[in-house]
Amino acid sequence: MNRRVLIGIFESEDAILDVTDAARRRGLKIVDVFAPYAVHGLDKAMGLQRSKLPWVCFLLGLTGAAFKVWFEYWTSASDWPINVGGKPWNSLPAFVPITFEVMVLFAGISTVLAFFGMSRLWPGRKTQLLDARVTNDRFALVLEEDNAAFDVDEVEQFLRDHQALRVEEREQKVAR
Amino acid sequence: MAEVCSPLRMPLIAGHKRAATVTEDVCRPMLQPPSGLWWAGFSFAFSLMLLGVAAVSYQIATGVGTWGLNTTVGWAFDITNFVFWVGIGHAGTLISAILFLFRQKWRTSVNRSAEAMTLFAVMCAGIFPVIHTGRPWLAYWLFPYPNTRGPLWINFRSPLAWDCFAISTYFLISATFWYVGLIPDLATIRDRIAPGLRQRLFAIFSLGWNGSYRVWQHYEVLYLLLAGLATPLVVSVHTIVSWDFATAVIPGWHATIFPPYFVAGAIFSGIAMVLTLMIVARKVMNLEDYITHRHVDAMCKLLLLTSSIVALAYGTEFFTAFYSGNPYEQFVFRNRALGPFAWAYWTMVSCNVLVPQLLWFRGVRRRIGIVFALSLLINVGMWFERFVIVVTSLHRDFLPSSWASYRPTVVEVTTLLGSFGLFFTCFLIFCRILPVIAMGEVKAVLRVGQAGVPSGSPVHRAEHAGGHT
Repeated sequence: MNRRVLIGIFESEDAILDVTDAARRRGLKIVDVFAPYAVHGLDKAMGLQRSKLPWVCFLLGLTGAAFKVWFEYWTSASDWPINVGGKPWNSLPAFVPITFEVMVLFAGISTVLAFFGMSRLWPGRKTQLLDARVTNDRFALVLEEDNAAFDVDEVEQFLRDHQALRVEEREQKVAR
Repeated sequence: MAEVCSPLRMPLIAGHKRAATVTEDVCRPMLQPPSGLWWAGFSFAFSLMLLGVAAVSYQIATGVGTWGLNTTVGWAFDITNFVFWVGIGHAGTLISAILFLFRQKWRTSVNRSAEAMTLFAVMCAGIFPVIHTGRPWLAYWLFPYPNTRGPLWINFRSPLAWDCFAISTYFLISATFWYVGLIPDLATIRDRIAPGLRQRLFAIFSLGWNGSYRVWQHYEVLYLLLAGLATPLVVSVHTIVSWDFATAVIPGWHATIFPPYFVAGAIFSGIAMVLTLMIVARKVMNLEDYITHRHVDAMCKLLLLTSSIVALAYGTEFFTAFYSGNPYEQFVFRNRALGPFAWAYWTMVSCNVLVPQLLWFRGVRRRIGIVFALSLLINVGMWFERFVIVVTSLHRDFLPSSWASYRPTVVEVTTLLGSFGLFFTCFLIFCRILPVIAMGEVKAVLRVGQAGVPSGSPVHRAEHAGGHT
């Protein structure tokens, strides 16, 4: 399926914040914004929902910790108990440090993998750049021409009023 | 009203840079052929590393008997080097994670190279305990895995096992954090350099990053989460390293003050190493606009803070020994300050406590040459701190009949030099092939201090955006 999009290229973070906020208020459908760096407040301007990554981090960290406590208990107290200096089989306090390390390891690595999954980033992925300078110093706002009422000229004027350097219309394959 | 400038309004990055200039400045050293100075440094570091490789091969082939250890001093040079290198690594995490949580924007200029330093330092650290196992080819026995010997599991109550997990986790998480931070910059370079093998490699490692804000949004959260995880991790790592000593019953080691004392010392030595590297890098790579006097000043203040904590710990140790009424504890500390290793002890005190007091003076903090010399002295002092803790606590133990001394052999000294060689070789290669400054992060703080954007406020953009419609 293809869709027609209108792309505005901007020069500064002020401009992209303004125009994104204004476009959302106008009820235009924002496909995406492209930026060379994270602009504070742009997620709010785009009306994005909060990321669910903290949940992945929390749950996988908990899983790692629980697994490690069980494993340490099983190896030290059940599978092959060895008397070390008369310490109890189940030395829970002594298990804390490794449990903590494994929790951090599980939480960290799984959050990164979840991020790659959610953002569809993988080695060898074909990069589709909107503009060659979008990873350097340009910002781009992509609006979808989602219905017949979308007046290209009017929106183009709106983008230019918000300091767009350039406005283009493109046909885009819908990837997702 | 030209030059009236409050510290809050001082720009973080000098020279009125634009985003494109940042890309250009940071990529320039990577795209030019290396300078003669670089080759000189690299040859020197690489030769040192080869020397280390020879020493390590010899001691692995011959055995740990090539070291100067004896029955009384069973731990000395290797564990000193191990703790020293792990400590160096900690400043990288402090800058990348802890200062991120504290919203210290100046960190953006130094975090990339500080994190690289962490990775290389942990690599250097790992060498020593692995050699000390005696049979390094069996080092994987340190990890619990189903084996044909029972399976016989490792002892999870042992601080050495904790250490193994702590250092491995620390290395993996630091490497991940570093790589995640690199992705947007790798994409910037991918879109900038000419097609070829290099460009293809950047394309592979940048994972198809295209600057989409839907990805940036998750990325920001991921970065925060990793910083949140790395912060307690870094504290735990040196805490566990200190437990290698503190859980033993040796006077001089068996102290509850060890974890905070070690963590502060680690950050102290690490910041000194960051300063050493940055002062050279900013000069050689023309990054004076990015790593400014302000950055050096901030790091000097961190040095002063951690130096004070370390000084307090030295004092507390002596007070505790005096107050404990325990003759063995008291003897160890008297012996430390006045015994045969007094020279090492007083080197440590001078370099770690006395010399850093100069940093109270603004004039000293502003003179890069003096700061560089101080940072070298602090590195020396912190190496001696570990040496003093390890050797002076052991060499005169409970029975005077078993008292002994310790003297490092050529093999041990060469291994230490070799680890420095490895560290600097890795760092110099890093300076050539990757962006030493986090472009994506520096671009976001370019305007701090300019156009009335105060450097202290984390949310200055948000209100601005709302107010315009």
